[in-house]
Amino acid sequence: MTQTTAESPARKQRAQLKVRTLRTDRWWLAPALTFAGLMAFLIYGFWATFDASYFVDPYIAPFSSPCLATSCPEGARFLGLAPFGDWYGLPPGLLILGLPAGFRVTCYYYRKSYYRSFWLSPPACAVAEPHKKYTGETRLPLIIQNVHRYFFYGAIVIGAILTYDAILALIHKPGGLGTWILLVNAGLIVAYTLSCHSCRHITAGRLNHFSKHPLRYRAWTFISKLNAKHQQLAWASMFSVMIADFYVRLVAKGVITFPYA
Amino acid sequence: MGYKAKFRVWRGEGGDGKLEDFTVEVNEGEVVLDVIHRLQATQAPDLAVRWNCKAGKCGSCSMEINGKPRLGCMTRMSTFEESDTITVTPMRTFPVIKDLVCDVSFNYQKAREIPSFTPPSDVRPGEYRMQQIDVERSQEFRKCIECFMCNNVCHVIRDHEENKTNFAGPRFLMRIAELDMHPYDVADRKDAAQEEHGLGYCNITKCCTEVCPEHIKITDNALIPMKERVVDRKYDPLVWLGNKIFRR
Repeated sequence: MTQTTAESPARKQRAQLKVRTLRTDRWWLAPALTFAGLMAFLIYGFWATFDASYFVDPYIAPFSSPCLATSCPEGARFLGLAPFGDWYGLPPGLLILGLPAGFRVTCYYYRKSYYRSFWLSPPACAVAEPHKKYTGETRLPLIIQNVHRYFFYGAIVIGAILTYDAILALIHKPGGLGTWILLVNAGLIVAYTLSCHSCRHITAGRLNHFSKHPLRYRAWTFISKLNAKHQQLAWASMFSVMIADFYVRLVAKGVITFPYA
Repeated sequence: MGYKAKFRVWRGEGGDGKLEDFTVEVNEGEVVLDVIHRLQATQAPDLAVRWNCKAGKCGSCSMEINGKPRLGCMTRMSTFEESDTITVTPMRTFPVIKDLVCDVSFNYQKAREIPSFTPPSDVRPGEYRMQQIDVERSQEFRKCIECFMCNNVCHVIRDHEENKTNFAGPRFLMRIAELDMHPYDVADRKDAAQEEHGLGYCNITKCCTEVCPEHIKITDNALIPMKERVVDRKYDPLVWLGNKIFRR
């Protein structure tokens, strides 16, 4: 068999260009912007998780919904439930953060974006990566990315709960700006969740005979159209959830006080 | 209106070589391959370049133009400024035979490793009956012109020669997906895709899709669906349990 190590004779038969890339465009711009956007989300998320101003009737901040801890204010509790006892003293957002966070971390689009912008593997097309070895998603820990569909199931539940929160706000405060921010956010979160590649696979992508399953085929066709916008929906929903969450916290803190807040 | 363009072209045999500077006439409406041919005709008669149809359909003139994998015949000179220096190099992932011509036999070897279309034993040629919606997914992949730019740009083998043994590249993982989605193919391709052809190496950074001159959505429509099918087989306990219970 041909020897194919990094310094093998086979490697040396390639054009021995000594530069990382010959690209002349601003290839670094997209990964730099992605890095900045994802870092902003991570920093905001960390702050929001530990911020206590997450509820002002009838709004609940999306990062803390559903509120399942005993420490949650009466009106913030999801369906009035508080399944976690008094022993739980950490911020309530931590209880559910794993589902949406896991869904985004294992999302096929976000994988592309952080592999490129954080891990530089590769930073851009036809730009050499800095790592000496590469095994991709063939072994731990990255093989865990294959559990994405389970996070999708969880994300469906979270999307439904955020929609429920927005509808409650609509019933109790239909003229509130916060209501409409929460509604737009819920719509974008649900659209992003449904546009997921795992959802596309589950609806009918795994079938080989679409003609035998016309309803599933129609669902797949619809999800495929959404899936084509998965990247845009990922960014739109990421910013919308930050904006909605921050808005509710500002109202709860009394920073925003106008009558239709 | 014509002008004189500055070109830097890789010259050499095997891995040895260097970028040589040329000034070449460019006329309105021309593509990079036209200019390479003029260079060959007027200044460098021994310049090696592979080409055939000049219409973006044969996949022969794959090269790297200003560092990006492109078809020479589909890259218009009007996309550059007259003051630009245009660098033309061979595909970086494959061994160079001479100048811009690469040895792409890696791809043919990988193609041979994939079992061909395998219909059920009780269905004879001429008896296949399929509806359009059952095959149109695979038809997108049939547009491939085998320019091998997707395999060239894929960092799994572009940056790691040692992975060539275990990784078939996007072009052939797409071929596996095409066959796996075929309503009459009965070969088991999911385990092979992961274990023998290296689907797990793909980290879906979509460079294959970005460079495809046929605009095939390789990542979204072939590689990710194939990854999901592999998850069904290898990593999803619920699907495994369902298959056991319902004997699918």
